[in-house]
Amino acid sequence: MARIAFHEVSKYYRGASKPAVDHVSFEVAESSICMLLGTSGSGKTTLLRMVNRLIEPSSGTITIDGHSILEENPIQLRRRIGYVIQQVGLFPHMTIAENVRLTAEIAGWSKARMESRVDELLTLVGLDPAEYRRRYPRQLSGGQQQRVGLARALAADPAILLMDEPFGALDAITRVHLQEELQRIQREMRKTILFVTHDVEEAFRLGDQIAILSEGRLVQIGTPVDLLLKPANEFVSRLIGSDNIQRQLQYLPVSSAMLTGTEAAGRYENQPRCSSEATLLEALMSLIASGAHSLIVYDEQSQAPIGTITLSAINQAITTARHAEAEKTTASPTH
Amino acid sequence: MLLVQLWQFILDPANAFWDHTVAYLEVCAVSVVLATVLGIAIGVAVVRSPLLSFLAVNLSGLMRAIPIIAFLAAALPYLGVGFKPTIVALTLLGIPPILLNTYTGIRGIEPAIIDAARGMGLNTRQILLRIQVPLVLPIVAAGVRTSAVQIVATATLAAIIGAGGYGEYIVNGLYEFKTVQILAGALPVALLALLIELLMGWLQRALTPAGLRVQETALSEAARA
Repeated sequence: MARIAFHEVSKYYRGASKPAVDHVSFEVAESSICMLLGTSGSGKTTLLRMVNRLIEPSSGTITIDGHSILEENPIQLRRRIGYVIQQVGLFPHMTIAENVRLTAEIAGWSKARMESRVDELLTLVGLDPAEYRRRYPRQLSGGQQQRVGLARALAADPAILLMDEPFGALDAITRVHLQEELQRIQREMRKTILFVTHDVEEAFRLGDQIAILSEGRLVQIGTPVDLLLKPANEFVSRLIGSDNIQRQLQYLPVSSAMLTGTEAAGRYENQPRCSSEATLLEALMSLIASGAHSLIVYDEQSQAPIGTITLSAINQAITTARHAEAEKTTASPTH
Repeated sequence: MLLVQLWQFILDPANAFWDHTVAYLEVCAVSVVLATVLGIAIGVAVVRSPLLSFLAVNLSGLMRAIPIIAFLAAALPYLGVGFKPTIVALTLLGIPPILLNTYTGIRGIEPAIIDAARGMGLNTRQILLRIQVPLVLPIVAAGVRTSAVQIVATATLAAIIGAGGYGEYIVNGLYEFKTVQILAGALPVALLALLIELLMGWLQRALTPAGLRVQETALSEAARA
């Protein structure tokens, strides 16, 4: 149980002309990943740090499962929320095991329980416990340190994880590795994750929802597909690159280009299949690989054929999305 | 020949070598302890205020430039002669390295480490005892090491204002032009300073957590993952 809700949350700093966070309201569903995407100064980190009260909101409320966090002791609150930051911040004088078990130790776990928990977590984040338990942070690479950072945040089994650009300082290859690891871990652990990033690709790859922030305001929140198909304004479409063909292929579902009814009638025989939950890119790849004219789209649940997809339909869908975008841009040139 | 004379001088009860040794050690020990307590206390007190830390850091630097002998002379009308002004002078001499190291040690802790600790739900006391103290202690110890050696080496000057100790041999020896007497003061001081240096060096290493001692030795090895 961990649903996070922001209600009209604002943060004003003394001496600043504009609020750092300006009347932001949205909800993060339990067990989902919500990406806070924006440029620097958009207020995304401030918003994140208000959830564990490292920053106090000037006005508005933040609730977890309906209970205001402002009524909870900040120390107790933080102990049930995992926190991962870009600079990792491992304690250099403690071994990896000591780092990972610190929160559990403070919570008063027994020694045996802590030891098995450390091994379990190190294994989870892809570090062999026998090899790494007794090492020190300075003996680890940046990617390994952040794996430990993630293990440490998970130690006391929090329902919520706050991640502040956790992979931002890593090289591109390590970053993709860790993004994949996080996805794998999330499939197992089902945490409610609030994840700050300025990397659009990362936001699309990891986010169930993406909240786009600019100058302290929430500009739009939606699934990656929502944002691609219906960007709220020019800012959003520029930021996420709505006319980016590769991104459209990668994230738009087959259903956005599928032919149904009479268009598709009679084509269900002897054709390669494709899941309704596949992306356009996957459909395109199997069209090319099979050399078929069209694919039969099957409903993922019922396994019943529900339509077909063709090369021209994919082309059509992408072009439509791009045209819609172009029209919107000309219709409302000012933001 | 000289060494034999020196040995006889030390053994001669009339020269009260033992008493001078005790007096010398007492002056040094009291000064080092006071300098350590005050240096750490001031360092911790000023670290949060940019103005106070600016003042403390620069005054410390300035104080190291004032010769101790000038200070003793200047303090004479107010503090008089004997044990007390010596302690005050040596303590003031000993504070700067400890204060500076305390300050830079605390400031040197990566902010991300404290941020992570707070975010994990450690309270102020836990952050202090589990994170800050272990990280700063070896740096403070290095400051104490510098101070102690300085104090031991400078305490001979105490004889000038009548606080006794080895300095008395040196001052009298110079006055009466007796080499043996000068050596009876200078050699123990040199030995003591060396001993303190070695001892404090060992202490400093002992206080440095293993995780800070490992330099990025295994980094090339670690880089493969």
